[in-house]
Formats: sequence, C-alpha cells, structure tokens
Amino acid sequence: MNRFTIPTPARAQGVIDGLYADLGRRLQSNPTGICPVDLTRAFLDVCHSQSCGKCTPCRVGLGQLQTLLTQVLDGKATEATLSLLQKTARVIAATADCAIGYEGARLLLRALDACRDDFEAHLKGGCTASFAAPVPCLSHCPAHVDIPGYIGLVRAGRYADAVRLVRKDNPFPSACALICEHPCETHCRRRLLDDAVNIRGLKRMAVDCAGDVPVPAPAEKTGKTVAVIGGGPSGLTAAYFLALMGHSVTVFEKRKQLGGMLRYGIPSYRLPRETLDAEIKAILSAGITAKTGVDVGADLSFADLRRDFDAVYISIGAHTDNKLGIEGESGKGVISAVEMLRGIGDGDLPDFSGKNVVIIGGGNVAMDCTRSSMRLGAKTVTCVYRRRKEDMTALPEEVEGAIAEGCEVLELAAPEKIELDENGSAAALWVQPQMISDIKRGRPAPIKADAEHQRIPADIIVVAIGQAIESEHFAENGLETKWGRIVADMNTVVKGQDGVFSGGDCVTGPATAIRAIAAGKAAAGAIDAYFGFRHEISVDVEIPAPPAQPQPPCGRINLPERPAAERRFDFKLMEFPMTLQQAAQESARCLRCDHYGFGAFKGGREFSW
Amino acid sequence: MVNIKIDNIALQVNEGATILDAAKQIGIEIPTLCYFKDLNEIGACRVCVVEIKGNERLAAACNTVAAEGMEIFTNSPRVREARKVNVELILSQHDCHCPTCVRSGNCSLQKVANDLNIIGFSYENAPEANVCSGGFPLVREASKCIKCMRCVQVCDKVQSLNIWEVKNTGGRTTIGVKGGKKLWDTDCSLCGQCITHCPVGALRVRDDTDKVYAALADESKVTVLQIAPAVRTAWAESLGLTKEEATEKRMVAAAKALGFDYVFDTDFAADLTIMEEGSEFLHRLQNGGTLPLMTSCCPGWVRFLKGQYPEFTDNLSTAKSPQGMFGAVAKSYFAEKIGVDPHNIFCASIMPCTAKKHEVAIPNLNDACGDPDVDVSLTTRELARMLRADHIDVKALPEAEFDSPLGTATGAGVIFGATGGVMEAALRSAYYLVTGKNADADFFKGVRGLDGWKEMTYDVAGTPVRVAVASGLGNTRKLMEALKKGEVEYDFIEVMACPGGCAGGGGQPIHDGEEKAGERGQILYDLDKSYALRYSHENPEVLALYKDFMEQPLSHKAHELLHTDHYGWNMPS
Repeated sequence: MNRFTIPTPARAQGVIDGLYADLGRRLQSNPTGICPVDLTRAFLDVCHSQSCGKCTPCRVGLGQLQTLLTQVLDGKATEATLSLLQKTARVIAATADCAIGYEGARLLLRALDACRDDFEAHLKGGCTASFAAPVPCLSHCPAHVDIPGYIGLVRAGRYADAVRLVRKDNPFPSACALICEHPCETHCRRRLLDDAVNIRGLKRMAVDCAGDVPVPAPAEKTGKTVAVIGGGPSGLTAAYFLALMGHSVTVFEKRKQLGGMLRYGIPSYRLPRETLDAEIKAILSAGITAKTGVDVGADLSFADLRRDFDAVYISIGAHTDNKLGIEGESGKGVISAVEMLRGIGDGDLPDFSGKNVVIIGGGNVAMDCTRSSMRLGAKTVTCVYRRRKEDMTALPEEVEGAIAEGCEVLELAAPEKIELDENGSAAALWVQPQMISDIKRGRPAPIKADAEHQRIPADIIVVAIGQAIESEHFAENGLETKWGRIVADMNTVVKGQDGVFSGGDCVTGPATAIRAIAAGKAAAGAIDAYFGFRHEISVDVEIPAPPAQPQPPCGRINLPERPAAERRFDFKLMEFPMTLQQAAQESARCLRCDHYGFGAFKGGREFSW
Repeated sequence: MVNIKIDNIALQVNEGATILDAAKQIGIEIPTLCYFKDLNEIGACRVCVVEIKGNERLAAACNTVAAEGMEIFTNSPRVREARKVNVELILSQHDCHCPTCVRSGNCSLQKVANDLNIIGFSYENAPEANVCSGGFPLVREASKCIKCMRCVQVCDKVQSLNIWEVKNTGGRTTIGVKGGKKLWDTDCSLCGQCITHCPVGALRVRDDTDKVYAALADESKVTVLQIAPAVRTAWAESLGLTKEEATEKRMVAAAKALGFDYVFDTDFAADLTIMEEGSEFLHRLQNGGTLPLMTSCCPGWVRFLKGQYPEFTDNLSTAKSPQGMFGAVAKSYFAEKIGVDPHNIFCASIMPCTAKKHEVAIPNLNDACGDPDVDVSLTTRELARMLRADHIDVKALPEAEFDSPLGTATGAGVIFGATGGVMEAALRSAYYLVTGKNADADFFKGVRGLDGWKEMTYDVAGTPVRVAVASGLGNTRKLMEALKKGEVEYDFIEVMACPGGCAGGGGQPIHDGEEKAGERGQILYDLDKSYALRYSHENPEVLALYKDFMEQPLSHKAHELLHTDHYGWNMPS
C-alpha cells in the first residue's frame, strides 16, 4: 500500500460534480414568487445532506430545523415554533464546528429575517407565495415585451411581425437590439439545460432583417394635449404611446437632438447614429411634435407647460455629473463623463491624440469613456477603480472589450488628488492603493492598503462616478424631490400635482434604457387613464405555435465583435449580427415558456395593455 | 393542410389542429383529464401524452399542434407507461373513497383510472386535508382536487369573478379562494359553473336531500314541490332515459313517486312573474321610474349585481323570482284553498341552480307567514339522486299531470329556462298590456340564441323598447361596463348568470367536456311551440289567482307577497 496515491476522481464523483453544476444553474434561474419557506426548507435539506455527521448542531440541528419548517408549511406551527427555529439556528450558527453547519443555519436566520411576513402568513394557515413570473423573460423585462412571441416570429422568418410585436410594448426595438442590458436573460429557463437564450441577439436579427416597418395608425384624436419634458427613451416612449392613443403630444428637449442618453450617453460604436435617427424618426411618425433646444426652466417654465397642456410628463433623465471632491478637480483637462459623451453625441469629437487619459469609475459609463478615449487617439488609456475588476458594475464584456482594445484597468486604486502643472492643467492622478476587505451590504469593500501613493501621468482625467439630476426648477415649482430625484409613484404619478407625471432616470436615478422605456409606457397608461380613457395598445400578429419539442442541450450563440485592433480606431458599430444559420439554431433554443409550463395556464401572453 | 400519421394511419388535418383533434378526426380516442375545449388547454395532467417519432420527450396531445410530417403514436409502450404513472401520481393525492363520492360513476378520474386498468396503489395515498366549507351551498373538498385548474379558468375567463386562484408553490400548490378569504366572504355568485366544470368530486353543491326526507316523513307537513322550467330538459340525463322517454309528464310522475303531496310547476310562477315584472316595466316606462329595468329571476345574477354593481340595485325588478313567488303563493293562497295552516306547508323546489339554495335562505323572503317562502331548494342532480336512492324505475312510470291550482303553465313560462326566455315572455305580455292584442308568439324570437350579449329594439305601440339579454357573467360584466360608461342605453335587461341560461345551470347534470345549454334550451322552445297557451296573461290559473286572491298585478297584496326589497340583505353573504 503506497502511503500516497494520485487522486483520480471516480466516475460517480464526476457525475455528482455535474449535478452540483446543474443545481447551481437551476438556482441561478430560480423562478420568482415561489414560497421562501419551502425554498429555505429545501436548501436546508441540501445543507444537511452535506454534513459529515461529527458535530451535534449540524448532524441533529439542521434536521430539526427542517422538521420545524415542515410544521410551519403544514400550518401546524405557532409563534413558539418560530422562536424555537430562531433559537436553534442561532445555536447552530454559534456552535457548529465548520461552515457546512454554521453557514446552513445562517441561511435560515437570513431567511427568517428577510421573509418574516411569509413565515408569519403560514402561522395563519396561508401562504402568500404565487408563481410570479410564468414566462421568466417577459416578466423580467421591465417593459414586458413579448419575447417568446418575437423569438417564434424570428424563427419563422417573420421579421417585420417581430418588430411590430416588440413595438406593442417598446418603441425602441432597434436601440434595444444593440444596447439593452437584457434583464430578460437573467432568469431564462433555458439555463436549466445549458445557458440563457441570446435574446438581444435575436431581436437584432429581427430589426436588421425587417426593413422599414411603419408604426400603427393612431386612434381618433381625443383633443387632449400632453407636454413631455425630455426627449430620451422614457419621454419618447410615453410620447409614442400617447400619440397612438390619440392624444396630441409635444416633446421639449433641451439638447440639440432627441435621444437622451441613447445619443448623449452611449457611443456610436455601440449604437450607430443612423440607427438611432431612424428609430426616432419612426417614433415621431406616430404624429409627435418635437421641439429641440428648448430648456424648460430657462426658455419657458414648468408653470407655462402646466397651463398650456392637459398633462405633463417629466422625463429629464440624469444628465449632470457627480464630483469627486478631491484636490485639483477644477483643473484644465479634468472633465466629467457626461460632458465628454454629450460632445461625442453631437459629433464634437475631442482630439486625444498623444494624450495620456485616465478615467475614474467602474460602471458602464466609465467603460464608454474608456473605450471612446481609445478611439479618440489617446496614447494611453487607464481606467482607475477603487475595488477589484470583478466588482465593477460595468458589464464584464465591456471591461474585457476595453482591455482587448489596449486600455489598462488599474484596480484597487482610490483617487487621492489631481496634480496640476504650472498652467493649471492636469498632469497626473495620484491614487492610494487599496486592499479588498470585508463584505458590506453584499459587496466587498476596499480599505486603504499599507502602500505608498502612486502617480499616474494624465493629460485628461474623466470623472465617471455617476450622474445627478437637474431637478431644481421642478423643486422650485413645488415638486417633491429626494436626493435630487423627482418623487413619483409606481404609476409615474406625482402626488399632489394634478396632471403631472414623471419617470425614468430622473425618478429612479441613473438606470437602464429599458427601465426608462418601461416608465414611459407606464406614464402613457397613467395619463390616458387620467384623461378618463382606456385606450388599448395591441397588435394583430399571430404567434407561431411552438415546436412539439425544443432543441436538446445546445451551446448559446454569442455575437462576435470586430477585431479589437481594428475597431479601436473608429466609432463604427463593433458588434456583428447573427447569421441566418445561427439565428435558426438560437431561436430554436427558446423553450417557449409562453406555451410550456405555467405560461399555458396564466400569463403566457399579454395581448394588449 | 398538414400531412401527418397517427398510429400509422396517414391523414390530412387543418393548419393549427392539435394532435387531440387530429386523432378524433380518425376515431382515435386519446384520454384526457384536465383538458376542456376552448377553456382549459394547458397540458397540466399529462394524461393525454403521445409519442412523436424522433422526439425524446412525450407531448401533450391537447395543446400540441400537428406539424407537417409528424408521426404520432398514441399507444406506444412509452405512452402506456407514462399515462398510467401520471394517473397513479394523481391518484396518490386523491381521496379515493369513491363509493361515497357524489361524482362516483360520473368522475373523469375514476373513468380514466379504470380504463387504464389501474389496480391498487403504487404510491402512498396522501390527499390534501379538507377545509370546512361552513355550510355554504358551494362545497370544496381539497382532498379530491386534482389541480386541473378548470375552476379557476371558468371563473376567470367565463364568469369574470376570479374567485378561485392557484395558491402556494411547489409541491404545496393548490386551489384556494383569492386573497385567502372564506368563500362566503367573497362575491361568489354561486353560479356553480366551477362545479359543473370540475372533472371529479372536488367541487359540489351542498346536499339538502335529508331535509326533504325529514319533511316527507313528518305527517304534520303537507309537502309541496315545485319544478323549475329547465329541470325538465335534463332531469333524466343521468337515469338512462332517451329524450323521448324523459318527458315533462314522466318527470311529474317520478316526483310524485318520491311521495310529495303536491307536485306543481314553477312555470306557473314564471307566468305570474311576467304579470308582475311586465307590469312593473310598463309602470316604470310610463311613470319615469328607474330604467333600464333588470330582471331579478336569477339569484346568481342578483348576487353578482349586489356584489359588483351595487349602484344598480334600484334597477332590479322588485318582483321575486318564480321560485320565490311560488313559495309565497303556496303558503298563502294555496294554504287557504286547502285549509291548511301555512306553517305546516313544506315547500321544496327542484332547480337547475346552485344559487337558489342561497335565495331560499334570504331572511326577508318570508312574506306569506313568516316562515321562509321556500324551505329547501334542490338541484336537478339531487332530484336524480333521490330517484336513484328510491330505486324508482322511472322509465316504467306512466306519465302524470302537474297538480292544480299551481300547475298550469304557458309556453312563456316554459322558456324562462333559456337565455332570452324571460325577456321574450315579458315582451309577449307587455305588448298585450299596452296594445290590448297579442303579437305573434314568435314575434320576439330575436332575443333567442346562445350569443352572450344580444340586443334588440321592438316597437310596442309606437314606443321603441330597447332590450338587451346577457348570459354568462363575463358577458354581463361587459354589458354593465358599457352601460356605466353610457356607451349603450336600454329600457329592459335580462341577465342569467350561467352561459345559455338555466338550461346550462350549475345545478344541472354534469357531462364532462360538454356544454349542454343549447341543446336543452331547444327542448324548452319545442315545448313552447307545442303548448296551446303561449302568453302568460292567458294562464287561467294565474288569472284565477288574481281574481280570487291577488286582485291585480302590482296590487297591495301582490306587493306584499310577490315583491321584495333587495336592500334587505347584503353581499357577501
């Protein structure tokens, strides 16, 4: 007998590891709305099965927790049961010898704390849970776009119908096909088999192949007028649906052109201007009047609009910058991200040739500035971030893309001061190295590392640490604001201001295009109801029947990009579409949850809203 | 057209046809359980699974569309195994005390399990625990529920009341009352459509036959039975009689065989209702009363209105329903006539209805002597069960006549059991009351038919009378919303809660997968045509009642006995 052998995993262990991986994916795509008590009990079951059995709290205690939870689920528990659960879990968490035990107990403690209402509802014999997302993609799309429907249409080659179907809920199919953060893919049930369907890629297939698709004819004129302040995704969505409902809409836009952050925040290598212009043209063709270069608050007042229009929708976005508050910030060459991207949006491309550019921040806007700087000819581009790369809020593919294009990402570096030269121009950014440390509010937080300050030479410093909202004019006119955000409810109604509605970034703080679009859709419904109407937005598109059997496990098709060495020099679209062959395979991966599963019973399709 | 093969038989089917429909086309029967055409095509029970060549998984025949080139096998070894296991799984959570179940012999689960030759249990039998139903006329036994979801669907999609919902998740998923309420705290109309669409015995009507047996056994009681119009279209459906054998008169003979002292016809009271309600309509029309007048015969509709549209309570006719009028007349006029203390009269009714059980319990429907006008209301199904319990060979019974003086009816009273029938009967008499002459009995037939919302305008002596007829509460809601918004205007509205009217009522015999309202309604129209008298105002017994006792329609006495205050009780109740 050798005293040590090279471990070779048994076949069974390989299978078990595979099951763990499957379980991991299953949990990631966990359907929302299911009973948290039942789920916690099931988690504890897994924890208990992992116990080695040495220690009392884990071997016995985790089992007793399950017994008690079953009593709760059976409606046989009392407050005393919950107390006993709490106490037992507390003791296991404090006394189990290893993490298998104490982390299992902590899982229950967290659930007891966060889902107390659900536990208590069971004491009264009722469960508050209901299957909340019958069609996961549709439910998780803020605008509730009929995703299985348009994927079915793409599969059938009916691209124009797919665009018409998307427009029922979202008038920006082309923009979203390129830049949507696709929350729809997060809970895609396909993850149970392999990976989420490339939903955005299939939408791109639809818009690329559809040609010009006219928007529907508006309803009969109602005689009602609406002013929309801010011509971004939210404002234009509201305007589009309101126009279709027969109301007369005028959009007031402060900038030279419409589009909001789609134009002034997103660089054209992600969303080409001609695509955006065509989309906006289609939206306006619903019969919307747009006045650009009009600053509400300077050129005319909010009060004027309230007087002249029957309703007002405020969707001014979040277009001003946050300051770092460090020495040298007001020096020449120190600019804000919004300022930089706004210039690019209007075609005023700054020349960064031969310059050392530093971007401060870790979000998608920071990445847009980083990658744009490279395209503007910078000698070096460095993105400086306080936490680690994996902690960045930017999409991972954005970070990877920037690095591939030759940008540096300097992680764990907190800006300390900006060194200015004798002319008052930026010369360098000094940073304090950081070390990643304890997890606070779910995120690892950095602390100061025992290390010297570092000097990063910089001719241009772009501050991309979030945007703020220019809401002062509205606050002066009596609208409630909180941290600069306009206060409005889930239906975009501004309390205490008859006929005033607000939504998008100016209410939520900087968020995504699709959330702004959803707010615009909600506003259109709310304003229509405020006028006493119930115009239905629907589309007459028959959805193809799903295949009798979806594809067996199959890899997800990702969209390729132009080579980094080529795309880094221009602002042309960098992402390639799918080929017909790819789209055929990818669309067949859709499990059609509108038909299979709970969707067939409830919530499979919203024919109108 | 799509070319497919089922069990090696090649066939062509329409684009969009399901495998189930396709198989039916060539006489291949695929068993189903949760499926209900157009209502519930959700593939939940997985009993109708079939094998499609080349597919790894089996497909539900009920909602899988046949595609070009499909080769389908309905009885392959995999299908046989899957079907049986799925039924066994359902049985493992089903209370299988079949002999004591109201649906025994008419249960889709029992049938499919039997057909599949399932003998004994492979799995532990652990049904969900029952929850007390509190004496409400609608009873749910959770232990029998197979979660087919039909009750949720019919209440949501057809009746628009959304009383039922799917509760909980995972293995604890079940059906419950929305918002965790008790059924009697909701606006449930008691239409009973969830019962007639339940494939098993999970939903049923409270059984009241024991109360009737007790009265029949009580020698101090004079037992009086009334039978509603729609009952005669369906009473023998579960007794193995042909349509020709199941006559109205044989029904009377059967009811008499149960031992009732008097068997009368609710149709008589329907004619009486027309006299009161028709007069009320003309009175309101001519004196600027609240219009549109809305019929009040259907207690499901009255519950719906009082729960969902209470602001229209004044629009309801104050006339009692025929059931109620009959009870009040039985315990006054008739008691007097036979010289019996009205307290000793026991009045039972056979109704095609669930909500009538609620109606008889309304506290202020007690105008004849202080006792409830009607003591017990039974469903058509309860009548059939009583006949079976007494082992009465109904087929062999000689036909019999309804008793007098509350047993004569006209064709107008008969058609009360079909959607549009009340309106048509009312118009026949209103026309006469205004013009002094009869319109042709079929003149108003435009209000017949199964459309959920019908409207007509009739010229009555120069006055255009705008009428609407709705059946099914989803259709009714559409009508009410349009009325509220001022999109429509009517003078007279008839509503029946059940689609197709009482013929399709929640108390009628259940035939899983079939909607029988149309076919049964036709029996009523055929009877109407066969009657010598087709106008309520020509019913000799009704005329005698007015002459001898009630004076005239809307008289003080009529008001006291035949009308009611709809504010006398509240929803939910």
